[in-house]
Amino acid sequence: MKLVRIFACVLLLVVVAGSLAAHWIAPANYATQFRDELPNAGPSKAHWLGTDDLGRDRYSRVLYGTRVSLLLAPAAALLSTFLAALIGALAGYLGGAWEKFAMASTDLFLSLPWLFLLLMVRAMLPLNVSPFTSVMVTFLLLGLLGWSASARVLCAGAKNIRNSDFVMLARASGVGKIRLMFLHVLPNLKPVLLAQFWISIPVFILSEANLGILGLGVAEPLPSWGSLLRELENFANFSGEYWKLVPLGLLVLTVTSFQLVLSREGEVAA
Amino acid sequence: MKVLLRHTARLLLILMIGGFLAATLVRYAPGFDVDEQQMDSRLSNESVQAMRTAKAGEHNILRFYTDFVRSAFHGEFGMSRTLNRPVKELVGERLPVTMKLIGTGLLVGWLLALIFAVSATMLRLAAYDVFTTFLSGLLLCIPSAVLALVFVFANAPGSIALGLMVFAHVFRYWRNLLEKSYAMPHIITARAKGLSSARILIFHILPVSGGQLLAVAGVSVSLALGAAIPVEALCGIPGIGQLAWQAALGRDLSLLLTLTFLVTVVTLLANTVSEVVGSSFRAQEA
Repeated sequence: MKLVRIFACVLLLVVVAGSLAAHWIAPANYATQFRDELPNAGPSKAHWLGTDDLGRDRYSRVLYGTRVSLLLAPAAALLSTFLAALIGALAGYLGGAWEKFAMASTDLFLSLPWLFLLLMVRAMLPLNVSPFTSVMVTFLLLGLLGWSASARVLCAGAKNIRNSDFVMLARASGVGKIRLMFLHVLPNLKPVLLAQFWISIPVFILSEANLGILGLGVAEPLPSWGSLLRELENFANFSGEYWKLVPLGLLVLTVTSFQLVLSREGEVAA
Repeated sequence: MKVLLRHTARLLLILMIGGFLAATLVRYAPGFDVDEQQMDSRLSNESVQAMRTAKAGEHNILRFYTDFVRSAFHGEFGMSRTLNRPVKELVGERLPVTMKLIGTGLLVGWLLALIFAVSATMLRLAAYDVFTTFLSGLLLCIPSAVLALVFVFANAPGSIALGLMVFAHVFRYWRNLLEKSYAMPHIITARAKGLSSARILIFHILPVSGGQLLAVAGVSVSLALGAAIPVEALCGIPGIGQLAWQAALGRDLSLLLTLTFLVTVVTLLANTVSEVVGSSFRAQEA
């Protein structure tokens, strides 16, 4: 299992490095349309994964799309973990009315069908929305709506720490609430925070992919894994063109790698 | 009775606040005022103005929401702007389709999860454990929309796709719960005394871990509701999920709000039922 995890880490590093170096290693810009060639062309020396129906180099789009998904999903995860820490950890630490209020808010967010909400708000964007705005709004919404489950876990963790002997001793020796929070509670919650952060990344990658396939993800011409997967709608016409499945393969491999690394984080958190 | 009243009050409160939050999110989305119908070059300025005036009532979020709740109490949910039909009628037509899809999907998912979880716990074969973990893990890594597409091209029912998604999310929790129960001292004693596996499962394992199993099952209802959107939209199933997708593409606020309300009610009911049944299990156990 350790070997598999190392392999997953290496794979993640390669994918992240490849996507970050897209500007240098991609043969073309993601939006450049090669009009002198047939659209939907097969792999060639110039276009390793062929071209899409607008004549854009598919390999370049995969690289840039990976960059968008792999940079913004962790950013959204960071936002949701921050919100979860703010609400959940504070609730667990302070207890009382604040805890009741925070847990009621968590219940509220857990009860809301967040894919419906996401669909709603994403659909309310103007038709001529810029690709940058669409990508920002999509991932910002993911971050803003996805904190509730993590908040519950963090609240339970903070509560345990609050009731632990060393915190009682610290309190008895006159350590202030803020100092206690930042010096004793938060550092001990680090493994849980890290695990929640890791858990959120694949969830957000998959959510963006689902939205993208439904046509409500990142706006064209900016690629993301979700928008690249829209090509799968014509899967019946693929007739052996398996290179079109590369974005899907990459997504599944990356999410699997995250899950494998995650199992280690989970063990650490436990 | 007191517990039931408390749960109902909580449910109503969450529903009201949740509905208001949903309406607020939509109202303040950047493109709320944009309507592609107004871009139709055949429409005169007066017609465009009339359409804008008709939409003006939705600008004041508090008024819009109060009106919506008031009419909802009278069983009226307004008209769908895009489909030009009463929302009540649309929901009435499509709700049974979604309920059937989700019901079948949940049944398939729970059954698969239970079979695999029980067999993995009883067999205790490393290879089988790796296989089941790999299978559920792989399904967790595939976007639900892609899984739905695969089923479309294979001409297979969408409910099976939904069932596989539920299985992927439920299996690991159930297996872990059962493994924990199997390691309990009284179960080890029962096994040492030669009780049959079925007897141990039915009379000793399920009564102990039944509450927790049900809690996970309750959570999977909301998961199935979310997964119903891509499944229905891509498999062409005329249910609530497809309606939500169409409403989202058509910026149909009253329809979207009603659907969010409806799905929130179902989610809350599922959670409440699993919580109540789970607590009764725990009470029995105590």
